[in-house]
Amino acid sequence: METFASLADGFAIALTFENLLLAFLGCFLGTMMGALPGLGPSNGVAILIPLAFTLGLGATPSLILLTSVYYGAMYGGRISSILLNIPGDEPAMMTCLDGYPMAKNGRAGEALSLSGVASFVGAFLATWGLIFLAPQLVKIALLFGPAEYFALFTLAFATLGGVASTNQAKTAFAAALGIGLATIGVDTQTGVPRFTFGEVHLYDGIDFLVAIVGLFALSEVFLFLEHRHGKSDASAHKVSVGRMMPSLALLKYCTPTMLRTSFLGFIAGVLPGAGASLGSFISYTMEKKLVDKEGTFGTGDPRGVAAPEAGNNAAAGGALVPMLALGVPGSGTTAVLLAVLLALNITPGPLLFTQQPDVVWGLIAALFIANFMLLLMNIPMIGIFTRVLLIPPRILMPIVAMVSFVGIYGISGSSFDLLVMIGFGVMGWVLRKLDVPLVPIILGTLLGNSMENNLRRAITIDDGNWWTLIDSPLSIGLWSLAAIGFLLPIVFGKVLKSRMKRMSKGEEGSISD
Amino acid sequence: MSDRIFGVVGLVLAFGYAWAALIIEESFLSDAVGPKAFPLIIAAVLALSSLAIIAKPDASPDWPSLGRFMEVAMAVLVMVLYAILLPELGFVFATALAATYLTWRLGSTPVSSVIAGSLTSVGIYVVFHLVLGLSLAKGPLGF
Repeated sequence: METFASLADGFAIALTFENLLLAFLGCFLGTMMGALPGLGPSNGVAILIPLAFTLGLGATPSLILLTSVYYGAMYGGRISSILLNIPGDEPAMMTCLDGYPMAKNGRAGEALSLSGVASFVGAFLATWGLIFLAPQLVKIALLFGPAEYFALFTLAFATLGGVASTNQAKTAFAAALGIGLATIGVDTQTGVPRFTFGEVHLYDGIDFLVAIVGLFALSEVFLFLEHRHGKSDASAHKVSVGRMMPSLALLKYCTPTMLRTSFLGFIAGVLPGAGASLGSFISYTMEKKLVDKEGTFGTGDPRGVAAPEAGNNAAAGGALVPMLALGVPGSGTTAVLLAVLLALNITPGPLLFTQQPDVVWGLIAALFIANFMLLLMNIPMIGIFTRVLLIPPRILMPIVAMVSFVGIYGISGSSFDLLVMIGFGVMGWVLRKLDVPLVPIILGTLLGNSMENNLRRAITIDDGNWWTLIDSPLSIGLWSLAAIGFLLPIVFGKVLKSRMKRMSKGEEGSISD
Repeated sequence: MSDRIFGVVGLVLAFGYAWAALIIEESFLSDAVGPKAFPLIIAAVLALSSLAIIAKPDASPDWPSLGRFMEVAMAVLVMVLYAILLPELGFVFATALAATYLTWRLGSTPVSSVIAGSLTSVGIYVVFHLVLGLSLAKGPLGF
């Protein structure tokens, strides 16, 4: 019952006029960004963090704004999958399979509203899962010492590539690069400058917001410039939306599917290395095996639309569990949300739940509010979002670039940061061409410092004995999981990835969920 | 081939990083680990993963033609100029110029890109400065 009391407190915090307005704004912007091909949830949140930050919003309002964007983008990804057969973001890939055929059969409106309901069910159940699972994880996390935390960080990096990773060497490279970037600046323990080459601007280290916006948003602009007349000019397609509301019979028909896949997606979200893309993939394939007796999946079966949408939205909620309870995100977007927390001087992890319960429960209440708003927004207002798809990228991309510059300039008011951001943009473009994942770089710049601090604390406590790192059963367990998580994709990654690719054509160099 | 070059660059980076870690001046007050050890571990991971990339490269990506490549390079140049000139020209002018250039290069006609670029700039100015109160770079004319 304590949980419900805390939740009620959370609602008391979240239900102010300002916060509701922010949630509405966040949901709206998020859905738009999710709907636009090329601007996924990570990009959307990344561009808006510096803005929320420079606008001087408090911790809870900023979190409400940005988590609404996060949930909104997860909802929005399906719109272009269904109407254009182009996934708005990677987790929405599987929605193309049955969503687009449904739209071609003149049932686009039904597909959109059904997937809206499925997204709601997935996200709603996952938020309840978060409420009950996170405090349990916190209890375990309170047993962690610095050595265990160091092992946990290693585990996060080792599994970040995901089960479907094709090249673990590149994931490891990206993680090391990110952590290396984090070590630039004055060493927090001894006060000596490291890797600054005498440049005063670097003494504070590289601001991770600069790195995130450069890597995600600017590299996207460069990709668009590179193939100007590429795939993005799909706005010429006209699809009639048709009937808007799903009939009750259809909803009833899809309910078992939604419930099963929500559960599955949530688990995939909580586990390290799975994430929303895999969540929707597993959900779709399981439903296909389970209920597709007549072979209608892939030809516009409504259950084939409901399954991946409930799955990926549940995974998005599930991914928040390790991020909030342990401070270790399991996916790209939650890594960006971690950046939000760190920028607001909030350190997620077990202590957050005891020391700043208002932030945690305010956030959870905000998730519920965002969810209901998104459901309301997505059924009657879907027409607005489908029109957003008609904005050509040649207008949109310069706006994205300029808003990124505004956000970063607003933080420090220095041209130096803008130049560093452009540098990151170029780096992001080259790395995406080479298929090097960007998320480990971001996570490295975010967690590098606390990873090093935990290592040094653990060894200092034990008088310089490095064996202390594998001294407890808990840390040995974490190390073995890290090893398994890193080695498993080398064996199975190629198989799984090619199966996902075969079922739906992949996108070039997309940022994983 | 691209991956091999990338691996070699990564290897050079790893050695450069390790060398830069070794010349860190240690302070007389240090903990048991010191400021060098962790960067050296990271350098080792960088080097090992670079070696693995060299040993088992992926297929080369589709690199853009020289023309497209110049396109990206020019955009970078424009952005760098934008970053440097922003405090001199003021937000509205600098942003209008940069947005016009990007819109033009992404395939709009010159006239419509001037219009789109100016609208983008003024729109951002109105929303972020006038409505939300964010401080933007001030030029000689005060905006």
